[in-house]
Amino acid sequence: MTIYCVFILSKSGSLIYQLDHNMPTIEHEKTFSYPLELKLEVQNRNVTVVYGQRDGIKVGHILTAVNGIKVTNTQLDDQRDAMQVLSDPTNFPISLKFTRPRLTTNEKIFQASMFYPLYMMACQLSPEPRSSGIEVLTADTFRMQCLQTLTGIKFMVVADHQQGPLNALLHRIYEIYADYALKNPFYSLEMPIRCELFDEHLKSTLDAAGKSSGLNTA
Amino acid sequence: MTIYNMYMFDRNGTLLHYAEWHRNKEAGMSRTEEAKLMYGMIFSLKSFVSKVSPLDIKDGYLHYSTNKYRLHLYETPSRLRIVLNTDLLVQNVKELLHLIFSQVYVEYVVHNPECALGQPIQSQLFATRLDEIVKQHPGFAVRSV
Repeated sequence: MTIYCVFILSKSGSLIYQLDHNMPTIEHEKTFSYPLELKLEVQNRNVTVVYGQRDGIKVGHILTAVNGIKVTNTQLDDQRDAMQVLSDPTNFPISLKFTRPRLTTNEKIFQASMFYPLYMMACQLSPEPRSSGIEVLTADTFRMQCLQTLTGIKFMVVADHQQGPLNALLHRIYEIYADYALKNPFYSLEMPIRCELFDEHLKSTLDAAGKSSGLNTA
Repeated sequence: MTIYNMYMFDRNGTLLHYAEWHRNKEAGMSRTEEAKLMYGMIFSLKSFVSKVSPLDIKDGYLHYSTNKYRLHLYETPSRLRIVLNTDLLVQNVKELLHLIFSQVYVEYVVHNPECALGQPIQSQLFATRLDEIVKQHPGFAVRSV
């Protein structure tokens, strides 16, 4: 029973609010000898595993630390280049830490605006007339539910499979939005929501929903 | 309960086969255009899901539902993608999709030297067998409307 994150999209499809509530961190540290059993490549300015999954380290994970020294993009904090360090046999054995990459703010905005056409296409490709867009999206690791209000704003909640129905929760978030964002005189429509009261109430609602048995979310 | 239609795409996005059982609305474009749109959508959907997912995605099956229908996407490791639209009541579609892949596609297309891979499937036997296996599924029933 976990709620991972919340997205709110404006009518025009841009991200106006995002909250990571309970995102799990997946980290694996392991000592390697030369040569590495993993194939690493630089992708999206990060050192990424492209082949050789082992001990929980999966393809797509990125390098975050070498011998305890943090790696920012491809550079170690002591100014050395990570790929060069890894290609030098004298540096081995070496301890590497990998993690599943988190979405950056820009990527979140990008993914949110990608959901908008997906939603529209789901309507258009429907085999039944008068279908809505995507309401529930289920993959093997999570479930996402989307509520589109009559005014076109989309509320999306990402949760795990054990979490009960999310409908009530989404309506509750809509209510909080109406009460604390829309009634805030300093909030302008279609702009990112930066309202303290909204944050507070949303967080406490999510906490409560995460704890409840799933039978009565909200 | 009903199964609407099915699309089968290969790894390059070629529409290998389209089958239709009950469909009440056309997309308002040609079949090839529609197939391209569908492939584009499932491609973006996959990338969206892998980015938004909090954990590592394990298998190639996902589905979404609207208030009218549910779309199931099944992907094999060789990137053959099968898209099946059903209504909201149909259960156990993952097994059916796996059956379509292993019992119909592999048996009647891959094992048929006359079938060129990566091109629309011409085999009549494949189409018949697919039709049979879908119609045997308990979710396949003509609605009494």
